Amino acid sequence: MQPFSFHRPTSLDETFSLLEQHGDEARMIAGGTALVVMMKQSLFTAEHLISLDRVPGLSGIRGEADGLHIGALTRHRELEMSPVVRSAAPFLAEVYSHVATVRIRNQATVGGGLAHADPNQDPPAAFITLEARVKLVSRNGERLVPVAELFSDYYETVIQPGELLTEVIVPPVAPGTRTAYLKFLPRTEDDYATVAVGATAQMQGGVVQKLKVALIAAAPTALSATVVEDQLVGKSVTPAAIRQAAEAVEAIVDPLDDFRGSSSYKRDMAVVFTRRALERVLQDGA
Amino acid sequence: MNADVSQPVRLRVNGEQREAQAPSTRTLVDLLRYDLGLTGTKEACGVGVCGACTIMLDGRMVASCIVLAVQADGAEIKTIEGIGDAEHLDPVQESFIRNGGFQCGICTPGQIVAARALLDEIPSPTEDQIKEWMMGNLCRCTGYYQIIDSIKDAAGQAKA
Ligand SMILES: Cc1cc2nc3c(=O)[nH]c(=O)nc-3n(C[C@H](O)[C@H](O)[C@H](O)COP(=O)(O)OP(=O)(O)OC[C@H]3O[C@@H](n4cnc5c(N)ncnc54)[C@H](O)[C@@H]3O)c2cc1C
Repeated sequence: MQPFSFHRPTSLDETFSLLEQHGDEARMIAGGTALVVMMKQSLFTAEHLISLDRVPGLSGIRGEADGLHIGALTRHRELEMSPVVRSAAPFLAEVYSHVATVRIRNQATVGGGLAHADPNQDPPAAFITLEARVKLVSRNGERLVPVAELFSDYYETVIQPGELLTEVIVPPVAPGTRTAYLKFLPRTEDDYATVAVGATAQMQGGVVQKLKVALIAAAPTALSATVVEDQLVGKSVTPAAIRQAAEAVEAIVDPLDDFRGSSSYKRDMAVVFTRRALERVLQDGA
Repeated sequence: MNADVSQPVRLRVNGEQREAQAPSTRTLVDLLRYDLGLTGTKEACGVGVCGACTIMLDGRMVASCIVLAVQADGAEIKTIEGIGDAEHLDPVQESFIRNGGFQCGICTPGQIVAARALLDEIPSPTEDQIKEWMMGNLCRCTGYYQIIDSIKDAAGQAKA
């Protein structure tokens, strides 16, 4: 590992000053589960690491009128076990329970996970289909970005230098919303997905009122599958319509060949798992 | 590049106040083993997958191979050395011996720390809860059934 200076600011103001002072040579660290592994493997180096863990106000979960506010420093396990999350957005807790192992979830933070932007990570499947937004704060102000627009490429986000992610806001989940997260794990239970699909839907009288679909491990970023949604919203559900809509993901996925499967295999599996997720959320008794 | 300047890391380890000078690149597992002489904790995979380096950090079970020592400054740590002693083994340790819960022994400290943490959080876990919790503790001797039996036994439950 390459040596670095380790900073532990105790306020947002001090954090911004350190980011300004060290610019490109600095990187923030939260749980460290992604960064430390990359530094040990020399995939990543920084002259300055700025730890966020002593900055007050970045941790914890609050239920408010506009939804759940989840602080960036909240650990995965805390979110997964939170009674507030389990009652307001049980789907979110469910998806987080699929991340790695308890030991990783005990250390990894919600904000670090999102900023890491590995397309194989599970949580965006929930955040995208629940239409969550992240708050990005800099010295000059703050902005809200939908999680569906946060990722720009492998390990890249739209977070700008000098900006940090302070919280995720998950809007209230409409009563009767049906959800599914299917993580295809042909190797081990604690692995990253070969492909995974998240879906949320609202139905009325057999007609799709609302549908959100997200794909994981299928492209350079977590994907919001609007092509699938557009084919089904406002329509009556039939097995043929579901099959056809699922096939539309073939045009948007771009998976990598790796030890979890070849690109063409993952492409096929993306269609299969999209179909199964749609069946879960759109068909009674599926 | 920076020179790797050491800085003090103060920890409460197994109830005792300890301090070491750690270079920035020191991982917590290395600090425990090389600076504090607590070699019960093992490093195997080095990337947070195998569970050999499991310790408790401020009450949370974590992989100490992917935590920087400087990140843990000020923390409360429990390692395998803080669970039972030669005269008074922890019920989990007794149970691992009784049920053949370890073979070669390399993964055992991590298994015991994890099992103790599980029983502290869920005193009577179901088999599914045991499997979910222990998922990240690999045993290359593949003695998983005995490990599950050991934990059930320690929890005062009948074997499967
Ligand atoms: C063994 C192992 C298995 C894993 N398996 C899975 C899995 O199955 N599914 C899954 O989804 N993930 C998995 N992961 C990835 C894991 O989810 C991430 O490593 C973790 O979420 C990163 O969070 P962290 O707090 O540790 O981030 P860090 O490592 O501290 O930081 C990650 C990145 O985020 C930046 N950052 C951190 N906080 C902020 C912030 N508030 N604002 C802006 N930038 C910030 C950092 O600068 C860095 O670039 C696994 C990881 C490991 C080590």
